[in-house]
Amino acid sequence: MIEVRDLTKSYGDHLAVDHLNFTIEKGRIYGFLGPNGAGKSTTMNIMTGYLGATGGEVLIDGHDILKEPEAAKKCIGYLPELPPLYMEMTVEEYLLFAAEIKKIKKQERIKQVNQVMSLVKLEDVRKRLIRNLSKGYRQRVGLAQAVLGYPEIIILDEPTVGLDPQQIIEIRQLIRNLAKEHTIILSSHILAEISEVCDYILIISKGKLVASDTTKNLEALMAGAGSLELVVKGPKAQSEVILSKISGIQKAMYYHGEEPQTTRITIETEQNADIRENLFFAFAEEKCPILSMQKTTSTLEDVFLELTQQNEKEDVRDESDL
Amino acid sequence: MKAIYKRELQSYLQNMTGVVFIAFLCGFVGVYFMALNLSYGYPYFSYTLTSVIFILMIAIPLLTMRSFAEDRKNKTDQLLLTSPVSLTSVVMGKYFSMVTIFAIPVAVFCLYPLIIKAQGTAYLKADYCSILMFFLLGCVYIAIGMFLSALTESQIIAVISTFGVLLVVYLWDGLSSFMPTAAGGNVAALGILWSVIALAVYQVMKNWIVSAVMEILGVAALVITYLVKSSLFESLLPDVMGKLSLIAVFSDVAGNQIFDASGIVLYVTVIGLFIFLTIQSIQKRRWS
Repeated sequence: MIEVRDLTKSYGDHLAVDHLNFTIEKGRIYGFLGPNGAGKSTTMNIMTGYLGATGGEVLIDGHDILKEPEAAKKCIGYLPELPPLYMEMTVEEYLLFAAEIKKIKKQERIKQVNQVMSLVKLEDVRKRLIRNLSKGYRQRVGLAQAVLGYPEIIILDEPTVGLDPQQIIEIRQLIRNLAKEHTIILSSHILAEISEVCDYILIISKGKLVASDTTKNLEALMAGAGSLELVVKGPKAQSEVILSKISGIQKAMYYHGEEPQTTRITIETEQNADIRENLFFAFAEEKCPILSMQKTTSTLEDVFLELTQQNEKEDVRDESDL
Repeated sequence: MKAIYKRELQSYLQNMTGVVFIAFLCGFVGVYFMALNLSYGYPYFSYTLTSVIFILMIAIPLLTMRSFAEDRKNKTDQLLLTSPVSLTSVVMGKYFSMVTIFAIPVAVFCLYPLIIKAQGTAYLKADYCSILMFFLLGCVYIAIGMFLSALTESQIIAVISTFGVLLVVYLWDGLSSFMPTAAGGNVAALGILWSVIALAVYQVMKNWIVSAVMEILGVAALVITYLVKSSLFESLLPDVMGKLSLIAVFSDVAGNQIFDASGIVLYVTVIGLFIFLTIQSIQKRRWS
């Protein structure tokens, strides 16, 4: 569907996109994740043909975006960060104009515009000037414009920014519906959104791809190395002795418990080691009761922070060929 | 191209810029027409056009300022440039929509010679040729204004820089009379001009060897040619500048009733050049 090879973009000395490689396959929802200024929008702008790349190439359905721009752009619907709206037009006029420049046949234009308006729920405002619409409605007009012509690939740059929670839920629902027939790429710096909507995640940081995998795999990547939180009755020294006999512990930290004569312990375990049963028996043997034990699994958020911070230490983990 | 042309035209008429532009030109020329042709009884409408030519310098920048600057500011250029339409058709669509707006007052001017005719003698051929040249000169100005609008995202900068350039066009004949006529002065002026070009090449390529070689070769060629045959340089600059005077072409037709086809060629060439530059400047921005 889309192949990005060795894509580079520099603004003067600043390297915004740094040798990016990835492929987008049909029928999935892709999430483009990265902190602010990671190069998400730049990459999307290059993929849609708005900007030229300094190096590398982008193939859309086999068409190079620079050599055959018109064929390639026909496969893409794009909603940029700021919806490209003409404020002095009404919603209907604007969508008819967008349909015309997307080369939709004359007899189909009105039909398609009506379909798209009902899809994103714009029928009530069709005769209103875009200038007078709220941010949420403007976003929907932008989305409607991207969907027009039913392109195979729909690229959405931060589609839910500035919307209220109700609208965010609606837009997400809409994206899921669209995904039944289109390939969707959406960018965001909000993790919850990406993990909820997308099947596949590309994490970029400082213009480099630091991870690309399915949402499940990325969450599993970190799930093994979790941590445990214990509250035990008894002094710190006793717990230290007990824990020293158990294998699979990377690090343990001791604090005073909230109740008198208790100790709170935070244990970091080694990857894939489940030591909860061993802990239970070891403490039971010493007649030292465990008052509570809790496992904290890492979330996508941890993966994200881990990967983007790793990159900052120049310890780049390039998993582009996964 | 049709879609963009239609949208631009509609937007000019909806957001008042176009309407104000048309009303301003019609009103202004109407006053001059009334005073010169109807009140003083001068039978040539072309005379009125010669008197009002400076108004294009003020009116055209107001028409062209928003053509690309506004799109860039509102990011609507993202819609145009990511749609399956070529950049050339975007530029042509916008250009023709502005030309169409300008054609409306010009169409109104076409009635004025008929009004003169109803009062007595009129010189219709001379007047309609002048109106044609007036229209073409306006089209040249629109192309220049469109190019300057494509360079910036501020409409204010677009309007002021267009006014500045059109002022130079307006004063062109006067400026060329200040140019040196002696061979030595011309060589010096050409040398300075060539150095500016070499500097510009350095700015673009960032390669000082290329521009230094260019500079040395150019200056050497100038000096050698000067030493061999200095008469070549006598009043070279004023001559060349005179040939390129846009206003002189119009005043030949309107003032002296000399209709020269080479003038139309000059106008069309300049229009083509600035449309080409507009396309190039937008392309360049995508790459930098």
